Amino acid sequence: MTTYYTKSHEWIRIDGEQATVGITTHASEELGELVFVEAKDEGTEVAAGDAAAVVESVKAASDIYAPVAGTLAGFNEALSDDPTLVGRDAEGEGWIFRMTVSNPDDLKGLLTAEQYKSL
Amino acid sequence: MSDSLQRTPLYDLNLELGAKMVPFAGFEMPIQFPAGLMAEHLHTREKAGLFDVSHMGQIRIAAKSGDVKDAAAALETLVPADYVGLAAGRQRYGLLTNEDGGILDDLMVANMGHDLLVVVNAGCKVQDADRIEKALSDRCVVTRQFDRGLMALQGPAAEAALAPLCPAVKDMRFMDVIETELATATGPVKVTVSRSGYTGEDGFEIGCAGADSEKVARTILAQPDVLPIGLGARDSLRLEAGLCLYGNDIDVTTTPVEASLGWAIQKARREGGSREGGYPGAEVVLKQTRDGVSRKRVGLLAEGRAPVRAGAKLFADAEGQKEIGVVTSGAFGPSVKAPVAMGYVASDHAALDTPVFAELRGKYVPLHVRAMPFVAPGFKR
Repeated sequence: MTTYYTKSHEWIRIDGEQATVGITTHASEELGELVFVEAKDEGTEVAAGDAAAVVESVKAASDIYAPVAGTLAGFNEALSDDPTLVGRDAEGEGWIFRMTVSNPDDLKGLLTAEQYKSL
Repeated sequence: MSDSLQRTPLYDLNLELGAKMVPFAGFEMPIQFPAGLMAEHLHTREKAGLFDVSHMGQIRIAAKSGDVKDAAAALETLVPADYVGLAAGRQRYGLLTNEDGGILDDLMVANMGHDLLVVVNAGCKVQDADRIEKALSDRCVVTRQFDRGLMALQGPAAEAALAPLCPAVKDMRFMDVIETELATATGPVKVTVSRSGYTGEDGFEIGCAGADSEKVARTILAQPDVLPIGLGARDSLRLEAGLCLYGNDIDVTTTPVEASLGWAIQKARREGGSREGGYPGAEVVLKQTRDGVSRKRVGLLAEGRAPVRAGAKLFADAEGQKEIGVVTSGAFGPSVKAPVAMGYVASDHAALDTPVFAELRGKYVPLHVRAMPFVAPGFKR
């Protein structure tokens, strides 16, 4: 499993054909406690940088972007009942959606953990 | 942050307390403290929170005759509220209207016995003071006290926190105002205290000299159950309380009648009252009161968990065919534990429990028109 990061504070974890996407712990801390999370429907095709999900705090809504092009493959339904899961474990249980990646070469354009940390 | 932003007398203390600062109405203001918006909101509803609201404008109006009633009568030429009938030691909400009946600002006016104390919004304070001065200068002396500090202590534990420092507050009821002293470690400080606020909770607003502000704030924060609270929680608290934010829910394009603020026009200023009309835009407001309006401000509660935000269009149907209004404020209500909003809808859709639909990311989510406030008020009447 390899995890890549984006400048807009998403992470994408590659596990064979499947990729899982969420927001970084840093982004979660900046947003504060979440009250609502929603992703676009399974099967939606997205380009890199397209809004694929939204996370909402009391005050504001923030788009979550697809790190690379692909097709959405499911939402973390646990977040429907408990959106605060993101705040407790942003890079684990608080993942937001799964997707298939159209072109694995696109991942090379993303940040490594080291590169993200040094932002 | 830009050098052109102003700072309140509590700026250094806010930073010391770990505030995240943002630009607001020309000031660098604390949006939240380390506890975070959600915790700050809930703490204010359960215990007590201290808000820095020194960015708001304090203005004193004294009649040249020396009689506060003359100052009240003069201010009534700009505001459709009954201030002549406002007793000494009492405060009343009001609206500054323009010639079209639009709302230039909302304000609090207190009869201090010898003069009036007016508190206006930060973003409007210079324009308000100019307007008041221009209209009243023949009869009154208008003094801008924009360097003074102002803080709000709000929540069910507010009285218990303030009374040991300022015993007179125990005898105050909602919308009473007094001039008194607040005890600090280095001696008493002169303060104005009103039993009022912007959260729907019991509480106080405390004004003092700018130079005394930090000492007063530190003294209050050292009391049990008091935490510093930022503007983020102030917004969600006032929204749950059904209170308007100037610039969002009311502005020059909305009249008092459309804004469902007819209660801010007392009997004496209404049709048939002893001082009917006599303020800018009175003919518009009187006609709207008589004949009704095409749109009204209402409270809205969503069925789902997705917050509906300011700017969302409102429709009569789930297909987005018939547009009937717009959301002007919306957030997740931490105490209501559901999305809360207010907005304007066509009057034939303004009745309580009318279903409406808000456009949200290409979908139409169901809401209902509901009574405000969304939380039970904690005022000490």
